[in-house]
Amino acid sequence: MFELISKNLLAPAVWRYTVKAPEIAAKRRAGNFVIVRPKEGSERIPLTIVSSDPQAGTIDIIFQVVGATTMDLSETDGILDIVGPLGHPTHIEKFGRAAVVGGGVGIAPLLPIAEALKQAGNNLTAILGARSSEFLILEEEMAAISDGLLIATDDGSQGQKGLVTDVLQPLLEQGALDFVLAVGPVVMMKAVSELTRPYRVKTMVSLNPLMIDGTGMCGVCRCRVDGQTRFACVDGPEFDGHQVDFGSLSRRLSMYKAEENKRREARN
Amino acid sequence: MPLNLNRVSMPEQEPGQRRHNFQEVNLGLTPELARAEASRCLFCKRPTCIDGCPVGINIPFFIQAILDDSPEEAVRRIRMDNSLPAICGRVCPQEIQCEKTCVLNKKGAPVAIGALERYVGDYAIRECLATECNITENGLKVAVVGSGPSGLSCAGELRKLGYAVTVFEALHELGGVLTYGIPEFRLPKEAVVQVEIDTLKALGVEFKTNHLVGKTSLAADLLDKDGYAAVYIATGAGYPQFMQIPGEDLNYVYSANEFLTRMNLMRAYKGDAAATPVFTGRRVGVIGGGNTAMDAARCALRMPGVEKVSLIYRRSENEMPARIEEVKHAKEEGIDFQFLTAPVEYLGTAEGAVRAARCVRMELGEPDASGRRRPVVIPGSEFKIDVDAVVVAIGTQANPIIAQTTPGLATNKWGYIITDENGLTSIRHIYAGGDIVSGAATVILAMGAGRNAARAIHEKLSEMAS
Repeated sequence: MFELISKNLLAPAVWRYTVKAPEIAAKRRAGNFVIVRPKEGSERIPLTIVSSDPQAGTIDIIFQVVGATTMDLSETDGILDIVGPLGHPTHIEKFGRAAVVGGGVGIAPLLPIAEALKQAGNNLTAILGARSSEFLILEEEMAAISDGLLIATDDGSQGQKGLVTDVLQPLLEQGALDFVLAVGPVVMMKAVSELTRPYRVKTMVSLNPLMIDGTGMCGVCRCRVDGQTRFACVDGPEFDGHQVDFGSLSRRLSMYKAEENKRREARN
Repeated sequence: MPLNLNRVSMPEQEPGQRRHNFQEVNLGLTPELARAEASRCLFCKRPTCIDGCPVGINIPFFIQAILDDSPEEAVRRIRMDNSLPAICGRVCPQEIQCEKTCVLNKKGAPVAIGALERYVGDYAIRECLATECNITENGLKVAVVGSGPSGLSCAGELRKLGYAVTVFEALHELGGVLTYGIPEFRLPKEAVVQVEIDTLKALGVEFKTNHLVGKTSLAADLLDKDGYAAVYIATGAGYPQFMQIPGEDLNYVYSANEFLTRMNLMRAYKGDAAATPVFTGRRVGVIGGGNTAMDAARCALRMPGVEKVSLIYRRSENEMPARIEEVKHAKEEGIDFQFLTAPVEYLGTAEGAVRAARCVRMELGEPDASGRRRPVVIPGSEFKIDVDAVVVAIGTQANPIIAQTTPGLATNKWGYIITDENGLTSIRHIYAGGDIVSGAATVILAMGAGRNAARAIHEKLSEMAS
């Protein structure tokens, strides 16, 4: 059992947990994730590590309650199983002018990557998108580490009304970017990748396919990248957005929608 | 005395009944049946059965104890050579090992050694017989990476020799392939696997789940920082292979590892009661001809709503690598065998779910590198098999994590770890064995490798201490 140190509600149904996991805290780098099984009988789900404190031996995770497993997670006082840090850490270098683009809870995995990019000497623009101001998370943390923070909300309740791509477009047009990294819903990552393609700006995306073991054993996380089958858990989770088959990813993500709905309803 | 060729057969659940449940198919021998079978053993002066056993179990020695009606003594005897008899008795391919080299095999009716081994193993479980041994602590720590059959066997041996053993397991449950791979109806988890692991715990072996060596800690750090005198890597070969044909990323095309992990480790066979779902629809295609393919096919057949499971294998029945018993059971249960057939593409629905496998028929040509006749496509033989789900069970590759994170660890071109005959890798004090060295093989070979490595580790460390 992994002890829960603190629980904070960041937005409606979005939680930030600080969990005691000293071995993971010591090894974790930006871009790594963990597989979590909240309690006996729960599914295993992947969650990105948002931050860690090696001295205190803790890691932070952020999740949105969407299905039975995240409901289990939101109700628990300790997490039964956590394994990690998994996946390759983000490839960090000084690209020059970098933008990180995050949508919804995708902002959570983006934060440590943004920090690492900033530390590597990049000029960093953060572009955050949410449904409305109420759902925007980690705004202050992002503001603290970026040279510029731009916000887009669907309803215009904060920042520009519209999508993150509406905010990104002018920067690309001005030739103001050398590197883009996007994390969020598949449609968003796809739109960002399509947008940057004609400008030939290198664009990385962090994929969020279904996973079970997270160690390369089951292959449910397989994605099509540059025509090849790649396992997001051991080959990723970050890939070149210009090479990812987002259609295949979103189709595979919907594989158990009916089953997931059934299990969620059974709980309500 | 005339030879007794009336080999006892193991009682089984009826096929019509068992294809609807996940309870064990083989029911085990009664004491009477076990003694009757034991009485068929000729107790050869030079027992050739032992030659056929990858771990050299003294077979007639434990069979004699069954015959003498002292099962407790039989347990003691078998445990000298094998710490997991209830598991090996169930999953070993005895027909190509001990029972093949049994002298009575020449007459077509070898002693049912596997069934007797299981009888002894089950007796130990039923009577909760602890392994008796006086462990003298030697103050040295050894790390075992992976809690599958190879890791368990290595851990058990080393513990008995006085080492403080810690087994690191990446998953949340122990047992490796015994837990995630082999289905409940062939190897019960709580009644057998868990009990065998508990036996090791009682001996003092420590287990750490949720610890992926290569990520949570590094193999080299176990030696250099954490004070382990040796490391045994037994991570298995579980990195699934696909055929790289169109449509393999369609929904409900599973690797066998995924399908079986959902079913066994995550208990999806319990249907809606399990948090982890699995979808099988009405018709399932399973690709491959090994034991894993049989397990996947028979699991699928047991799911509610499944009407037909087609096992699609590119060679003929003679070349199938699966155990004869598994094939027999699969046939009795009504698996539709499509021999000399291979998929070339999966077709999908508008929603991206697989709906059919486009297949070709094959014929056997000249022998290939494996010595088996190579299947060759028959021109114009294309046809379709309608399916709602597909399980690809064509084998596994080496998992890359340990090799990627252990500088200096030599691997071959397929990524398997290179060792000498004692299991020693290119790095001092790091040993390896089981599927991550041999490529996908059997439980018993993996156990044998674990035991050999344990002995080599002990020899080396004792040498250094003296």
